[in-house]
Amino acid sequence: MADVDLGSAKKMTIICTKGTLDWAYPPFILATTAAAMDVEVTMFFTFYGLGLLDKKLNLGVTTLGNASMRMPMGGMQMAMPNMISMIPGVTAGTSIMMKNLIKKKGVASIEDLREAAVLSDVRMIACQMTIDLFEKKTENMIEDIELGGAATWMESALASDINLYM
Amino acid sequence: MSDIKPDVVLDTKGLNCPLPILKAKKALKGMENGQNLELASTDPGAVKDFEAFCKATGNKLVSHWMDGEVFMFMIERVV
Repeated sequence: MADVDLGSAKKMTIICTKGTLDWAYPPFILATTAAAMDVEVTMFFTFYGLGLLDKKLNLGVTTLGNASMRMPMGGMQMAMPNMISMIPGVTAGTSIMMKNLIKKKGVASIEDLREAAVLSDVRMIACQMTIDLFEKKTENMIEDIELGGAATWMESALASDINLYM
Repeated sequence: MSDIKPDVVLDTKGLNCPLPILKAKKALKGMENGQNLELASTDPGAVKDFEAFCKATGNKLVSHWMDGEVFMFMIERVV
């Protein structure tokens, strides 16, 4: 009773341009879920998304300019005033708070999702230009990545049923 | 309750999306066609997710039921 056309596996390409904790989740959740549903996934990491490929992740989330951010605190949904982000330690504190919330709610860590992606043969491409631009070192990144440029992304995107920009 | 005796039982209680799906996929990969996987989840999104997962992968969602507050699923590996 399969609705899937077994003759052509579906393909999805995601381009990840952001490296904060909140922006790390959508690409990895969608990539791993798609791979679990037999979709061939390619992830292209550029600009701040490149940080998601670092071996040691220390992802942060800011309260600054996050007008729709509401943190569950004391039974309420608390909005975060921009001003508090100025105070030393607040950004780090918010990031830790969010990571604790994630752990408490049984949501996977980015490290685990990334490992699941690699194990599911999700293709991870790092933008060569961004690496050069920010003078990053590939030794500090996870092993299972390819290096590529815009044309590499284009090739994957042209063949994909789903293309996502995040 | 399901009358089928599962070949594999997976407890994903306390885990949120996408972990129940990922763990189910991993379990199914190690199973034979025709075998049944019984899975427990506390993720409210799991019902819709497993329907979609089975539809997309061709596996059969034999049944799903509630065991108290826990969502239970019986999936037959087809593909």
